[in-house]
Amino acid sequence: MSAFTALLARDLHLALRQSADSFTVVAFFAIATVLFPFGVGPEAEVLARIAAGVLWVAALLAALLSLDRVFTVDFEDGSLDQLLLNGQSLTLMVLAKVAAHWLTTGVPLIIMSPVMAVTLQLPAEGYGVLVLALILGTPTVSLIGALGAALVLGSRRGGVLLSLLVLPLYIPVLIFGTAAVEAAITGMPSGPMLSVLAGLALIAVTLCPLGTAAALRQAAE
Amino acid sequence: MQEFFHMGGYAQWVWPVYGLAAVALVGMLVSTRRTLKSREREFENLKANRKGAP
Amino acid sequence: MHRFANPTQFMRIANAIYPWAAGLCVLLFAAAIPIALVFSPPDYQQGDTVRIMYVHVSSAWLMMMIYGIIAANSAMFLIWRHPMANLMAKASAPMGAIFCALALITGMLWGKPMWGAFWVWDARLTSTLILFFLYLGYIALSDAFEDSERGDKAAAILALVGSVNIPIIHFSVEWWNTLHQPSIIKDGNMSVDPALRLPLFLMMGAFTMFYFAVLILRLRSELLAAKIRNARLSQVADASAPQPAE
Repeated sequence: MSAFTALLARDLHLALRQSADSFTVVAFFAIATVLFPFGVGPEAEVLARIAAGVLWVAALLAALLSLDRVFTVDFEDGSLDQLLLNGQSLTLMVLAKVAAHWLTTGVPLIIMSPVMAVTLQLPAEGYGVLVLALILGTPTVSLIGALGAALVLGSRRGGVLLSLLVLPLYIPVLIFGTAAVEAAITGMPSGPMLSVLAGLALIAVTLCPLGTAAALRQAAE
Repeated sequence: MQEFFHMGGYAQWVWPVYGLAAVALVGMLVSTRRTLKSREREFENLKANRKGAP
Repeated sequence: MHRFANPTQFMRIANAIYPWAAGLCVLLFAAAIPIALVFSPPDYQQGDTVRIMYVHVSSAWLMMMIYGIIAANSAMFLIWRHPMANLMAKASAPMGAIFCALALITGMLWGKPMWGAFWVWDARLTSTLILFFLYLGYIALSDAFEDSERGDKAAAILALVGSVNIPIIHFSVEWWNTLHQPSIIKDGNMSVDPALRLPLFLMMGAFTMFYFAVLILRLRSELLAAKIRNARLSQVADASAPQPAE
């Protein structure tokens, strides 16, 4: 466990030093959502209708931008090889890296989302569920994303390829994340959708690190 | 015969489907065979070169 | 199972199967096409558009079966490192993608006269579209590396990830669909009467045999490519080795 916290602390420390990266992700999230009123018009009803979906799609794309560098730095400077050789469970190390990614990109996005929801005229009933859905959904996004990032390590055209691999796998999170917020707005119970999001996160947390570890081993071979 | 091509008024949807399927299947077969043949030739050349070399 | 891991042994069996698969394919097509186009009656609801279904369902069947074959072979490749399993997956993927595209396009051509629109966010069409993206990702990943072996392994992991995800995606899409279109047009295309079942099964059989026959050709081709690569490498090695003294 101490190796887990050590790696997590190291990654968080690095992220803090390069806080511009996290800032860029949040800024992308903001500008992407701001584009929509220009595209569909500023009418409050239209915006309120699409707000949940827009916020989720923008969050997914923003997270995608940051995935590229989850493993690349370690891959290039050789610390990935050390991770593989240090005798710790690689799955656990992957979880530490994913946790660091979530804390440095997922959490800022969650904090920013109510602010962007205001510009999209999200009805008041939606805010709590939006934040809750993002809290339950973004870990899955980070977990699947890390798997994709590990698969494309060292490939040509990594970034574009990564989005092709990962975005289809995000569809369930997008469906239930958006549905939870819409249910809350229309006065329906959003509990079932939130529990599906939690279930997806549980599946992802058990299976994704295994795949990521296998992909990392091959990348380092 | 007329009736056959007419397809109960759905000719413009039924015939393109069969045409496309034919193009897709024949295309797969032809491109596979072409690659196979060119590789066979390349391999024969390589073998001949090796034998021919001192 | 492991007996088939040896490429020579595998190809001996495959080459013995090939004429049967090819012959059956020709025979089944010879029976299926006239029955599908002429001798079967139009459906009482869909009219003659039901003839599109024979091609559409066969393509959809193959796109799913081929993904299953890719996933199973990827698992065998990752667990036992069978080179043949890798080649099976590699040779199947482009065909799966093409059948997937064919299923999408024929679905759209069926949808226009039946639903009045080329594209409807119907659960099945949507899942097919997502599967198409999974195929594209698989193919793109498998040739994104300088080192082809790395590409093979990464693609194999992706195929397994996809096979876990496909049911999840499918159920999500289905649920999403009922949420937004509670009165989705009932596509009663599978509750077919027996007269329509015969051309459907014949067409599915013909498509499946076509896949097996072409797959065997593609396996031969992949093996040759590997042999050519090895011959090239040994040539380079010969050329760079010091000449033995006479």
